[in-house]
Amino acid sequence: MSAPAEKILTRNFHRPDSHTLATYVETGGYTALPKALAMEPAQIVDVVKRSNLRGLGGAGFPTGAKWSFIPKGHAGPVYLVINADEGEPGTFKDRYLLERDPHALVEGMAISARAIGSALGFVYIRGEYVQPWRRFRAAVREAYDAGHLGRGFDVVVHQGAGAYICGEETGLISSLEGKKGWPKLKPPFPAIKGAFGAPTIVNNVETICHVPHLVNRGPEWFARLGTKTQGGTRMYSVSGRVRRPGVYEAPVGVTLRQLIYDFGGGVTGNGTLKAVVPGGSSAAILTADEIDVTMDVDGLRNAGTMAGSAGVIVMDETVSIPEALMVVARFYAHESCGQCTPCRESTGWIYKMTERIVEGRGRKEDLDTILDLSKRGAGTTICAFFDGAVGPYISYIEKFRDEFEALIPK
Amino acid sequence: MNRNGIEFSDAQLQEVRRLQGLYPDTRGALLPVLHLAQDAFGHVSLEVEEYVARLFDLSPAHVHEVVTFYTLFFQAPKGRHIVSVCHNLSCHLTGAQDILRHLKARLGIEPGETTEDGRVTLLAVECLCACEMAPMMQVDDRYEGGLTPAKVDALVDALR
Ligand SMILES: Cc1cc2nc3c(=O)[nH]c(=O)nc-3n(C[C@H](O)[C@H](O)[C@H](O)COP(=O)(O)O)c2cc1C
Ligand code: SF4
Ligand code: FES
Repeated sequence: MSAPAEKILTRNFHRPDSHTLATYVETGGYTALPKALAMEPAQIVDVVKRSNLRGLGGAGFPTGAKWSFIPKGHAGPVYLVINADEGEPGTFKDRYLLERDPHALVEGMAISARAIGSALGFVYIRGEYVQPWRRFRAAVREAYDAGHLGRGFDVVVHQGAGAYICGEETGLISSLEGKKGWPKLKPPFPAIKGAFGAPTIVNNVETICHVPHLVNRGPEWFARLGTKTQGGTRMYSVSGRVRRPGVYEAPVGVTLRQLIYDFGGGVTGNGTLKAVVPGGSSAAILTADEIDVTMDVDGLRNAGTMAGSAGVIVMDETVSIPEALMVVARFYAHESCGQCTPCRESTGWIYKMTERIVEGRGRKEDLDTILDLSKRGAGTTICAFFDGAVGPYISYIEKFRDEFEALIPK
Repeated sequence: MNRNGIEFSDAQLQEVRRLQGLYPDTRGALLPVLHLAQDAFGHVSLEVEEYVARLFDLSPAHVHEVVTFYTLFFQAPKGRHIVSVCHNLSCHLTGAQDILRHLKARLGIEPGETTEDGRVTLLAVECLCACEMAPMMQVDDRYEGGLTPAKVDALVDALR
């Protein structure tokens, strides 16, 4: 790619006052909302569909299609819930949006609410995000004072209390209802029976921040920025052993190589790339010769991994892959909600096995046991958490098996 | 009436009612009110759980099940300051273990413990989603990144 692409979501990030209503309005903010209010809800859904916007929270589901699952002519309340529980290791984009462009989320919510027929929206912000929560809450107050909220659509800002699983949409809904964050079996999907028993759309912060731009500039413009099956740009979080860690906005067709070398400035450590996780810790790992992939949902799916939350974690040659897997396994063992036997038991055991392998006490059969537990448990659980854990378990071992075996006493 | 001195002020009770009114079902306000209770009473003891349960017309067991599920609710007294060192992948790759080792030695405690003077509780936590500033930690409300032993010392020494 030659010329740097246009920034959309991050266009104001360099301004110290980017979070204020004044700056947002000065740069074209709150001009899409009146347009949307003059449109029929179905027209807005159609714009989102034609834009090829896909959810940026992890699953990559087409946003317009999700919205159209709300039962037509539903009489009771419909809720819009924003997932700001950002917790996927390696991801930090939503934090930037809440802190540096909170009004984009407010305006996006007001437009989305019109599209799905909602009068009440919730923003579920992870409990650790205290500063982002303050920023966002202040923006909501400004928006009320300016009359952008409170005329048929209200926003409640909710604080979580520390639990990765509340990022999973049904776990989030349980938590929002004042319960422990246990995910629920689907169906029913939230669009049919979600928060407080009502039809509910759960969308990621970044997904909804795109919406005002779709209305203002049209779906074709957005679709053209991306690939055939996914429109637009997205925010890539780049971290680990890389010279310039940070959040970078790029078209979804950007390659992983470009993100590591052009945006991230190249590899630190000994300077030679060994492996990279492309979509948050739940995405399967890629080796150094697998980085010429495009970072859209389908490009990464075809490469045997996933776009997930677009958190890119870079590892150089000196990184111990077994140690990295132990760290990742500790996370999944800690965060399993404990409802499903395969997830609760396997995450704990797999962490113990990776730990003893790293400490030189591994057993010959451990690697195959991990692979077996992973393959047999995948797809059998209430939520996709365990499938997410299986991504690293299998890929780290299958792609770097020699390194694990070298640590296991003969 | 309240045996343990566990009671919100009138202003706090008003805030509880406001929060409860924001949700289609008052129970939605449970997490926000537990945050409020922890701020007011220091930690969420069994007595606090019972008190909050009464405010929601829930059984104490329901509140207990919620409190124990989340990492940000403390069931025992904590230090005046919380230092949470991230030990997830990106921080691990940039030296989190050295930071944690340094802090343990400096404070003379293990993660999960509080210094004897009640000044600092040390925690090792999962990704705080600020990996661009790795290695990083949270000191009370603030995120602190680009940590070195010297920077950690300065931050911890400034806590009273
Ligand atoms: C274990 C797990 C954790 C998740 N964490 C998050 C998260 O932190 N933020 C998020 O937006 N979506 C997360 N998701 C995805 C949500 O379930 C849901 O798909 C998403 O919020 C929908 O929004 P979108 O369509 O705009 O992406 C997670 C999913 C799983 C299975
Ligand atoms: S898969 Fe794991 S996290 Fe998800 S519901 Fe089952 S036990 Fe809980
Ligand atoms: S790994 Fe430490 S903040 Fe993400």
